[in-house]
Amino acid sequence: MKPQTEADLAEIIAGASGPLQVQGGGTRPIGVPVEGALLQTGGLSGIDLYEPGALTIVVKAGTPLAEVEKVLEAEGQRLPFEPMDHRGLLGSTGEPTVGGMAAANVSGPRRIQAGACRDFMLGVRFVDGMGRVLKNGGRVMKNVTGYDLVKLMAGSHGTLGVMSEVSFKVLPKPETGAVILIEGLDDGRAVAAMSAALGSPFDVTGAAHTPKGIDGAPVTMIRIEGFEKSVAYRAERMKALLAEFGEIEVETQAERIAAGWKWVRDVEAFADQPGDVWRISVKPSDAPAVGAALQARGLLYDWGGGLIWALVEAGRDIRPAMAGVGGHATLVRASDETRRTVPVFQPEPGPVAALSQGVRAKFDPRGILNPGLMG
Amino acid sequence: MDMPRPDANILAKKPVLVKRLQQVLPKDAVIHEEAETRAYECDALTAYRCPPLVAVLPSNTEEVAAVMKICHDMGVPVVPRGAGTSLAGGSLPTADSVILGVARMNEVLETDYENRFIRVQTGRTNLSVTGAVEENDFFYAPDPSSQLACAIAGNVGMNSGGAHCLKYGVTTNNLMGVTMVLMDGTVVELGGAHLDAGGLDLLGVVCGSEGQLGVVTEATLRILHKPEGARPVLMGFDSNEVAGQCVSDIIKAGVLPVAIEFMDRPVIRATEAFAGAGYPDCEALLIVEVEGSEAEIAEQLDKILTIARSHNPVELRESTNADESARIWLGRKSAFGAMGQINDYMCLDGTIPVNQLPYVLRRIGEMSQHYGLGVGNVFHAGDGNMHPLILFDANKPGDLELCERFGADILKLCVEVGGCLTGEHGVGIEKRDLMVDQFDPDDLDIQMAVKDVFDPDWLLNPAKVFPLAASETRRMAAE
Repeated sequence: MKPQTEADLAEIIAGASGPLQVQGGGTRPIGVPVEGALLQTGGLSGIDLYEPGALTIVVKAGTPLAEVEKVLEAEGQRLPFEPMDHRGLLGSTGEPTVGGMAAANVSGPRRIQAGACRDFMLGVRFVDGMGRVLKNGGRVMKNVTGYDLVKLMAGSHGTLGVMSEVSFKVLPKPETGAVILIEGLDDGRAVAAMSAALGSPFDVTGAAHTPKGIDGAPVTMIRIEGFEKSVAYRAERMKALLAEFGEIEVETQAERIAAGWKWVRDVEAFADQPGDVWRISVKPSDAPAVGAALQARGLLYDWGGGLIWALVEAGRDIRPAMAGVGGHATLVRASDETRRTVPVFQPEPGPVAALSQGVRAKFDPRGILNPGLMG
Repeated sequence: MDMPRPDANILAKKPVLVKRLQQVLPKDAVIHEEAETRAYECDALTAYRCPPLVAVLPSNTEEVAAVMKICHDMGVPVVPRGAGTSLAGGSLPTADSVILGVARMNEVLETDYENRFIRVQTGRTNLSVTGAVEENDFFYAPDPSSQLACAIAGNVGMNSGGAHCLKYGVTTNNLMGVTMVLMDGTVVELGGAHLDAGGLDLLGVVCGSEGQLGVVTEATLRILHKPEGARPVLMGFDSNEVAGQCVSDIIKAGVLPVAIEFMDRPVIRATEAFAGAGYPDCEALLIVEVEGSEAEIAEQLDKILTIARSHNPVELRESTNADESARIWLGRKSAFGAMGQINDYMCLDGTIPVNQLPYVLRRIGEMSQHYGLGVGNVFHAGDGNMHPLILFDANKPGDLELCERFGADILKLCVEVGGCLTGEHGVGIEKRDLMVDQFDPDDLDIQMAVKDVFDPDWLLNPAKVFPLAASETRRMAAE
């Protein structure tokens, strides 16, 4: 089923007699595999409103993300949270949509500075499990009118409702960028360097570390963006600040910078490697110990260490390695069978799980929207 | 303003309630004498007052949980209160409610510069959060005007904003985790020192839920290193339209100032009379502030001034030192006080798409004529967060009601042009009955359904946010 209007979408859901598998572009098959009739949102496409001077864009949920990025680019703006493209890592095909991105709360390296996808979502329209068309938030940057269900919809993976329209705050695209590169740091020193950078006044918009860079050696990368003179100034200050960590190179070539951060954003290093891929959010200073305890085939640290990507052998639940550490782990890539047996999303303590379950039951009383996808 | 009728059964249980509360709290933390409960009869929306049945001042999460358990057992409504600075009546008691004040819970629990967060008890004031980290040149970004007095508890409850949100976001963008006590006394942790939710983003819906889902006792907040410097520039224009266009052009040019403040002629005149900041006498005035090193500030201001000049400003004033910067901000910072000197005022905070500014300001001017009440506008222009200050005389019979009708018309206008009723103050009781102008019944129903999950008996701050008619079935069913 591929509704062409929001009203069609509502009618389909209201009339559904069994489970629905909700899909945007189908590029992010994350979660417990769902059995159900396929409901695709790609027919709900188009940009409803774009006001560059108000930093606001309102988009139908099935709109290809690439289309939105192109329109923003023409005005020198962008979605600041740098959404990851999952296709390489997950071996999926198709067109990522705005709704899919929002439903999975997909952010990239800039999340550490700008905020996550959820922080830039100003409003949503969605259809709940009873087929009601609902709205929350709006298209203005400050809005505390009633409960913030926009945040709840972000990252709900289609289990609370099917989004039909999303409005975003966008930001100017900076004139230029520079990346500070340090080679040879172990994970602990790398996190210390990134913490020093992120704790400086120089507005770091990306801080990542790979224990195994393209040429095999560890590389720590710290990104600065802005107007040209400002970037040059901050890069110099950053070099001085991080001098104790070793020899520093500064990359200023735009294409190389873009390619390097895309490599981090899309976790390209694990794309063709066999094994399961986990995405782990922790306090940055916990990252080196967690990384070591994982005994992974591959590691990639983003968000100054706060985000760990781990490549591990198939079928293993890595959560015991996080015992006693706050945070959460999501099994992003694994076989259907593994995703049915190992919890994909972090199991929640009883009372929190009860609240989540309660909310789901209110939004989707019949349990037909991606049932079981989040566990 | 209608409030539910106090439940006579609860009023009759007061002696038992007090006794039970005294068993779990220190004696001085249970306030029940009528002369003393009066201190909690209102918040900063002083037009509405009602002393609570009892007020309690617990010192930690365990005490809060004990209080909640008792109130839950006895079916007594609980109204959480931070510092009582709500302009929307968010902590207005009912006569049959217990005010749960977090004022004694103001400890810093953990400061972590390496991971850039601070964990505090939520009775701590907004400004003293920054105060706890500024010796290391860090700060907590959300800065509501009441930051000297307002508590983090209220900031989380209302998802408070401030002047610098354009760059740093509002509370929800800087809140990483909470410890929260549910109505039945259960303590839950949502979020923490890590980023983003592992499952549903319950933290996201708790922030801004106006104390209706739980009592937030501890909060983990993101802290940032201070910028190297900041400097404002002042611009005067001879029309609101031109000033509005200038705001839009600055944003489009790729500069992201930390603040863009707007004042119209009535406010400019009032602040001049009050503070004498030396503002030009013009229709509209902008204060634009940028941050960074000296060279970075110069680079950004250069771009901003070029744009401003293209709009033929009547005045362009750059600051060259801290003293001049302070003078530029002086009028803006004293604007509310200045308007208060003229008369009583009601301050609204409807938010609109930035490009609707000129139209909305013109319509507000027309309404001002119609109602015969003066109005001044001073607001965060970068994000369209208006602050119309409607002047009225609280001692003149009927003036408050007239002012409220005028205010309601302004907020309806905000919704009509694509905006919302409240950008940072919250709904409380003040805008409760206007919710139907922004939301359809189903939109409200799904919000109330969230409350059903967290607080099935509708005991937490029950008469706020939703029109009483909309919430009536739920409140009655729970009784």
